[in-house]
Amino acid sequence: MKETLYVILITILKTALYFGILMLHVAYATYAERKIIGHIQLRLGPMVVGPHGLLQPIADIIKLIFKEDIIPSNVDKKIFTIAPLISLTAALSTFAVIPVSPQWFIADINVGILYVLGILGLGTYGIIFAGWSSNSKYAFLGGLRSVAQMISYEIALAMSIVGVIIMAESFNFIEIVNRQAQYPLGMFLFPQIIGYFVFLVAMLAETNRVPFDLPEAETELVAGYFVEYSGIRFSLFYLAEYLAMFCMSALATICFWGGWTIPPLLVKIFPFLSFVPPVLWFILKVYLHMFLFFWFRGTLPRYRYDQLMAIGWKVLIPLALLNIVLTSLIKYYL
Amino acid sequence: MTDNTKELIINLGPQHPATHGVLRLILEVEGEIIKKCIPHIGYLHRGVEKLSEDLTYVQVLPLTDRLDYLSSMINNVGFCLAIEKLMGINVPERAKFIRTMMAEMARICSHLLWIATHALDIGAMTVFLYAMRDREKLLEMFEMVTGARLTVSYPRIGGVRCDINDKFLEELEKFIEEFPSKVEEYETLIDRNRVWLKRTKGVGVITAEEAINWGLTGPTLRGSGVYYDVRKFFPYDAYDKVEFEVPVGKNGDVYDRYKCRMLEFRQSAKIIKQCIEKLPTGPILAEEAPRIRMPSSPLKINKEDIQFEIYLMEKNIEDFIKKFTEVYASVEAPRGELGFYIVCDESAKPYRMRVRAPSFVHAGALSRLCEGSLIADVIANIGSIDIVLGECDR
Repeated sequence: MKETLYVILITILKTALYFGILMLHVAYATYAERKIIGHIQLRLGPMVVGPHGLLQPIADIIKLIFKEDIIPSNVDKKIFTIAPLISLTAALSTFAVIPVSPQWFIADINVGILYVLGILGLGTYGIIFAGWSSNSKYAFLGGLRSVAQMISYEIALAMSIVGVIIMAESFNFIEIVNRQAQYPLGMFLFPQIIGYFVFLVAMLAETNRVPFDLPEAETELVAGYFVEYSGIRFSLFYLAEYLAMFCMSALATICFWGGWTIPPLLVKIFPFLSFVPPVLWFILKVYLHMFLFFWFRGTLPRYRYDQLMAIGWKVLIPLALLNIVLTSLIKYYL
Repeated sequence: MTDNTKELIINLGPQHPATHGVLRLILEVEGEIIKKCIPHIGYLHRGVEKLSEDLTYVQVLPLTDRLDYLSSMINNVGFCLAIEKLMGINVPERAKFIRTMMAEMARICSHLLWIATHALDIGAMTVFLYAMRDREKLLEMFEMVTGARLTVSYPRIGGVRCDINDKFLEELEKFIEEFPSKVEEYETLIDRNRVWLKRTKGVGVITAEEAINWGLTGPTLRGSGVYYDVRKFFPYDAYDKVEFEVPVGKNGDVYDRYKCRMLEFRQSAKIIKQCIEKLPTGPILAEEAPRIRMPSSPLKINKEDIQFEIYLMEKNIEDFIKKFTEVYASVEAPRGELGFYIVCDESAKPYRMRVRAPSFVHAGALSRLCEGSLIADVIANIGSIDIVLGECDR
């Protein structure tokens, strides 16, 4: 009995700590995005609050919390209030199983990948509910687009990871990372390059980022599914989007970039690298992917709805299937 | 389940980030496909045409700034041309070259804002700020000469307001020197981008015949492959003394209209360069131009004198006109053919002024361009016909 209580207490503490750190990362990811895009676009980004605008995210959070929470009179109130919570909960729950280092995780379950994919899929409900309950045509169209997009790209996303699962012979994240460490490059990136490409594109679509940000296309649907939201509820959607970005980056890091391990080849050349703590490697790789998100946003225009569908069904899914076949054949004969 | 469905009607605008001001479109959509598109205009109506009936020809000039506020210089030139035709004033050579130069600067200015917003509408955010950076330099040059950045009121009936100096020419030469490389910079961001090509090629196609029937002009018409440019067909100012080409598209889609304007950037730069080289010396305002003789020192200004001078000027114009007549003059504005049709009686004020605004005509063609396309294409189409509602609603 005492031991059970102890485990529960530790888990709660761990979750709280994990949550706090994650929120700080999300806050500063918005800062990083604004700074990076600013510099791409010959601007400085936030500069006023604090040195180099470092306190800007905190000012933003305070502003969003104290803003009036407007609920339009014609909305379906219950669903309208629940929708952002669903999105946020789904995005947050994924981090329960994502390990940051061999020692640092909240839960280590055997079907980690399946869990993450399943929970992320639930996040779509938040968006559909928001779009439907807002009783606004723009939000409705945004919601519809998002459903179609999420459903078609989830397939490609899941299929792109199958190659990794075949190679690692496990659904467990830690097992996948350990298996990658046996390769000289310490990552599945090169044997799974097709899978990684599919994953990367599907990752952008899953998180509604440029060039696939159709559900929230500013210039077409104004803000898409969350056009009627304001204040803290709006920021919950925003938070969910960034958490999903972090989750996807972490997934890419674990499945394709060797997680917290250092490429053995690199250690042979620079032995001192093995003293760098694994958490740092993990964060570095995650932020590399985050930077990709920002970089795309600064460079690319937006796809059209039908083109997005065409890419999903006619390019990504066949490619992912091809990857699965190739990987299995190689695995079987070698 | 009964098959009882109806189209969703979406109200796009007038407060919408991508309708370039206050255009309002009523879209009847089936899913994402547009069945019907009805443009509504008039949200920026200020009654410029009616207002001008109560003002003298000289006073109307600043109102024309407010038509297409992105290329006010060209509007001024268009209006001045009409009045000069009416009064039979011969504009001095130097003024003609300065006007041509300034008009091309305004064209670059306007096209820069067009590429900025067009790219932003399609989702490429970065081009917006790159184009704004270069537009800023041009606006500063306008400020240097005219004292204003947007609504310049620089050309005058019979010439221009003030002369340009060497410092301005130096700045302009420097800008023109590096401008083509800047255009290439925008093109690297969008023209070689698969996403951009997919969004623009084959979208909003209008054939040459249809484009003519809809009354399209400017790059929107030339994108469909029709060779028509007021600067070539009815040369005004110094356009017959400079060499330039008129870029023409082929397919009449958003991409060809985009390409036409991108090529016009380079032609405009070429024209400015020739203007700087060939700039003659001499007066900048015609002798017979209506003007007010100001006292030499501002201290001597007295209200009665000024009023008398204004009276003299009005008398001067009336002496020229004398009869009930009408006049039409048009210029090639960045958006298309901008025409001023003026009916005048014996007074110094127009009896009726009508502006043939390209934006007005193009906004009408939106319903044809958008039908059967997707919602996202509406935005691309609005961008590609490049309308300014100030001119459309007047």
